[in-house]
Order: sequence, then structure tokens, then C-alpha cells
Amino acid sequence: MFLDEPSPTARFITCVVVSFFLISVDHEQRHLASLRAGLSLLIYPIQYAVSLPVRIVDSIADGFAGRQGLRKENEAFRKENLFLRSRGVKFAALESENKRLRALLDSTAEMGEDVSVADVLAIETTAAKRQIVINKGSLQHVYLGQPVADAHGLVGQVVEVGRFASTVILITDARHAIPVQINRNGLRAIASGGDTDEALSLNFVPNNADVAAGDLVVSSGLDHRFPAGFPVGKVTNIDSDASEPFARIRVEPSAHVGRAREVLLVWPRAKSQEIPPAGGATTTAAPVLSTRPKAAVEIAPPAAPTDVGGAAAEEEQEEQN
Amino acid sequence: MNPLDLRWLGAVVLSLIAAFTLATVPLPEAVNHWRPAWIALTVLYWAIALPERMGVLSAWFIGILADVMHGALLGQHALGFALIAYLGLIYHQRIRVYPMVQQALVVGSIIFLHQLWMLMIYNTLGSRHYPNTYLLGTLTSALLWPWLFVVLRDLRRRATA
Repeated sequence: MFLDEPSPTARFITCVVVSFFLISVDHEQRHLASLRAGLSLLIYPIQYAVSLPVRIVDSIADGFAGRQGLRKENEAFRKENLFLRSRGVKFAALESENKRLRALLDSTAEMGEDVSVADVLAIETTAAKRQIVINKGSLQHVYLGQPVADAHGLVGQVVEVGRFASTVILITDARHAIPVQINRNGLRAIASGGDTDEALSLNFVPNNADVAAGDLVVSSGLDHRFPAGFPVGKVTNIDSDASEPFARIRVEPSAHVGRAREVLLVWPRAKSQEIPPAGGATTTAAPVLSTRPKAAVEIAPPAAPTDVGGAAAEEEQEEQN
Repeated sequence: MNPLDLRWLGAVVLSLIAAFTLATVPLPEAVNHWRPAWIALTVLYWAIALPERMGVLSAWFIGILADVMHGALLGQHALGFALIAYLGLIYHQRIRVYPMVQQALVVGSIIFLHQLWMLMIYNTLGSRHYPNTYLLGTLTSALLWPWLFVVLRDLRRRATA
């Protein structure tokens, strides 16, 4: 190829320069997201293969589940279904009442969400990085910043979207924080991750605040990213030292964070009026968008051409207006 | 491209797929720090065994893939692997004739440089402190080298025979 092949040293120096350039760009901005999304296509088969043994074991275990066990399970599900249904009926009544009251108050926070189940492919086990990879990507309309939950509460949010897979940062990651409120009295706080899967901490809550062990902590929705009212955790431990300005409050996550095999992707259908500030890095203002396809169009990375080209242009115009 | 080229390329790709897989298999928290630097070791092996094929640039690209997989900053693993391939290229003639124990020591030192670089970047640009136990992988990498060497040599001989 080259008449005079560059020496390894020259190549190495080139690599060093390019690497430093890439690192600084990647550290400062998000311009490389599409490049990542493209390259992750090469990685996806490996991530899938790694999760395969677990899946196989699961399906074999399912196959061997005895008749008796299945029957028992079925019975339990039936009971649970009945119970949930009765609650659902009540919920419908409450919802309409809530709507009416909200209309009286002239507030338009009307919430609802679509969900879809995703399998967890791999768990990033490095101690400082609590992330999981799930098997849905932009093809399934996953978008950046999308809330992820399981049956018990919030798990995290999407930080990277590929075509077929996405990365989710868990709420227990040290780099993650989520605005919450105490369900009992509406006290607002911020819950941030820490060292372990087992605990979040509530920051900047005054020593004399009305928080008690056992209080349910739910998302407050002030971030316009997580829908309001999703369970985040339960207060387990309050350590108030009079010499310090703030209490140290530990919250045990409700969701099976870091142990879940399946998670729920949530598409909020919020009809709030204010548009969240386009806060640089990860924001795509997705939560305000009302429907699924719209959200998908909004985030579709340049690497993955949208399949609804015309609609995309239209939407974009709407955005700008 | 002649068939022989395809065969060694197949061997390299196969070993790399295995390495990527081993690097991402979930391990219990307690032993996770002891995980050998699988991809780095594989790159180093090919740089020593086939220096005319596994160059600095290919190592760099493999590093970019590793960055994507680990969610690291793009260029972080890439630079580390480029360094590994570079040292492997320069010293391959010497390393090849070393007895196994000495080889493992040299390999351990090269991997150590790589790990040190990774730790440095994680701790300066990442938002959280990585413990120094991250470097323990160096130890297991050095211990693993003789076995990995035999396995990959076998693979290479089959591919290039």
C-alpha cells in the first residue's frame, strides 16, 4: 500500500494523538454517540452470546417445571390477578376523580405510560459502573434518557441507544441521581446512587425533616424524565448527627436493581406544558413527546436512518416552532 | 487475498471473539477485580506471534471496539492496546526466545502499563474513583499467559499450517 511503510513508532504516535483527541472529544461532548451506536452493532452478537447460557438454563428450568409446580403457580397468579383487578377497578375510579380535581385546579399533569418488556443481556460488573445492557434499541423506539423500571419500581434510565441494544444506567450508580419525594408528606429530595446495589442516599435533607424509616420514596417527576409517582425505594436508615447540617438517609431500592433479568421500558405520555431545558449532554426532551413513534423519531441517531422520513422532518419542524 | 491469509485472519478473529466474551461474562463482585485482561493478552500474543499482521493500527481499532463494549471513553482502551501492540512489535524477537517464566514476567509488565493507563484515565476523567485493586488483573494475566500462549499457539499452527 505504502511505498515507504511508516514505522511502528510513527503509527504508534499517530494512534496516541488520535486517541487523546477522541478521549477529549468523548469526555466533553456527545458528538460520538452515533459512532458508538454504529460500532455497538459489532459488539451486540457477543453480548447476546454471553447472555445465552443464562437464557438456556432458564428455558430448560421452565421445561422441567413439574405439573404440580405449574398448577400451584397458576393458582397463585389467578389469585393475584383477582386482587389486582379489584384494585384496578378502584384505580379507574380514583383516576377519574383525580382528573376532575386536577381540572378544578387548572393543572394539566396528566400521566400515563406505555411499557414494553426487555431482556437484560449483560450486567456491567465493574464496581464503579452500574449499568446493564438490554436487548432493545432504536429499532424498538428506545430513546436516550428513557426511564426503565421493573415490577417493583424504577431501575434506571437509558444512556446509550444502539440499533438492537441499549445501555441502562442503574439508579444505584454513583453517577446517577433522581429527584424524589416522600410519598407520605410530599417532602422533596434527591436520591443518588452509591457504592452498593443495596442503597441510595437522600441528599440535602435537613436534620429536622419529617422522614421516618419505612417511608416510601417515589419519583417526583420534576426532572421531566422519570414519570412521577413511581416507587424508588423505602427509607431504611436515618442517621441525623446534630453537628452536621444534613441527615444521612439511606433508601433501599424497591426494584430488584442489578438482579433483574427482565425490565420494563417506559414511554411516558405526559401532557405537561413546559418543555424541559435542553440540558446539553443526554437530553433529547423526549419525555414531553407524547407518543411512542414520535419519541423514536426524535432520538433516531444519524447512524440509524429513520424509517419514517417524512414524519421526521415534520416533527423536527414542530420542534423548532 | 489468498486462502492462507483468510485462515490466519479467521484464527485472530476467533480468538478475539473468545476474548471479548470472556471480558464481559458477569463475575461475582468479589473476584471481578481478578479478571485477567483477556483482550489485551490476546492482542499481545498476536503482536508477538505475527508482528507483520497484528499491527499497531489493528490493535487500536480492537481497542475502540473494547471501549464501546465497556462503555469507556472512546480511545481509552484503544491507546492501551496500541501501546501493547507497539511494545510487542518492538520486542517480539526477544520475548519469543525467553523461557516461559521470564515471558510471563515481561507480559505482566506490559499488561501492568496498560492497566495503569486505564486506571489513570478512569480516575482522572471518570466521575468516580476506581480502587487500586483494579490492577490485580495484572497478576492473573501474567499467571494465565503460559496457558493462553499454548492455546493460541496451537490455534495459530492449525491456521497457518
